[in-house]
Amino acid sequence: MSESNAPAISNPVEYIQHHLTNWSVGVEHGEQVKIVDFSVVHVDVLLFSVLLAGLLAFFAWKIGKNLNPDKPTGAQNVAETIVEFVNQQVKDIFPNADGLIGPLAITIFMWVLFMNSMDFLPADLLPALAGGIAGLFGADPHHVYLKVVPTTNLDTTFALALSVFALIIFYNIKHKGLVGYIKQFLFHPFGPYLMPVNIIMTAIEEVAKPVSLGLRLFGNMFAGELLFLLIALLAFSVWAMPAQIALGSLWAIFHMLVVPLQAFIFMLLTIVYLGLASQSGEDH
Amino acid sequence: MNVTATLIGQMIVFSILVWFVKSVLWEPMLKVLEDRKARIADGLAAAEKGKHEEELARKHALDELKKAKAEAAEIVAQGQKRAAEIVDEAKNAAVEEAGRVKVAAQADIEQEVSRARETLRTQVSALAVAGAEKILGKEIDAKAHAKALDELAAQI
Repeated sequence: MSESNAPAISNPVEYIQHHLTNWSVGVEHGEQVKIVDFSVVHVDVLLFSVLLAGLLAFFAWKIGKNLNPDKPTGAQNVAETIVEFVNQQVKDIFPNADGLIGPLAITIFMWVLFMNSMDFLPADLLPALAGGIAGLFGADPHHVYLKVVPTTNLDTTFALALSVFALIIFYNIKHKGLVGYIKQFLFHPFGPYLMPVNIIMTAIEEVAKPVSLGLRLFGNMFAGELLFLLIALLAFSVWAMPAQIALGSLWAIFHMLVVPLQAFIFMLLTIVYLGLASQSGEDH
Repeated sequence: MNVTATLIGQMIVFSILVWFVKSVLWEPMLKVLEDRKARIADGLAAAEKGKHEEELARKHALDELKKAKAEAAEIVAQGQKRAAEIVDEAKNAAVEEAGRVKVAAQADIEQEVSRARETLRTQVSALAVAGAEKILGKEIDAKAHAKALDELAAQI
């Protein structure tokens, strides 16, 4: 969350920038990464998201292996609650969903929840640890960057959003046919006489789906992380510590609402978009 | 705040994770949940059926009881009727027997009476003969006047 690391206070801008820089391969120290640059890989994002995915997969495997149909215990109860909850959402929103929607929804929900929850770790804990370890190997701790929350990175949120977008296109073509899908672009929403406007409108509508999905999650988590960093900066004197602890606790409590909410919204919108894509084109 | 090759990695991780969760957790667990739901529904239906059957059995038992009671009442009535009949028969037999005894007694009495009368008659004839002997002063040959004497005796 917010405690400790006194030297950071001497230069707040550098402290925040340091925390907002990824551990990356393919970029020189101090070099700005372009908005889209596929020669760069953020190692920390991959590391933490893969670790959390592994954790999630381990839980899933462990619970799935020990399923007890008659006497569900502990973890199975929790998993059953989540599975039933997600399944209910899928049934409500997308009644004739195929077998992929449910697992997709629960994976989005749980993985995003896990990644968002990394925000609850003290903001300096893992970066300081990484700096210390790098120091042992002779590297300069100030040049060791680590962002622990994968969802504060556009790569993660857009990876999810674009996967969903690909599925939206797939389901559109599957249920309306390629012709039906193209027709939707041509004749929707204003009928055949305003075809150019229709193409633009529908294209914007379709592209807005993944963009809003990705940016919403990224924006919420990035803002939350940034606020934790700002609160961490309050440690400029011993007298500010109570305020820092109070604000940090308050923001953490508020963030506990935001974290599952954003995961839930991402999941829900995914189901809604795929449900819309699967409706036959006639009712448009 | 940029899009890099990490995106492709994340998409791959995501796809693998979806596939893994689907095959390891989602499908087995949904199957377990469906099975459990079906089992609970079966159990409830069986309970409902059992209740219904119990109701039927109770009704049946009640019917049987009613029937048995009616039968018992009928048997009792028959028995009472039969008892009355037996009593009547006995009474009739007794009356008949009494009549027979009475008839026999009357016959006896009549016999006694006639016997007494016979005796009396004999004695009367003897007495008459004795009286007549006394009056006539001579012996009457009983054999000669037997006929007259018998007529006399019969008149008594």
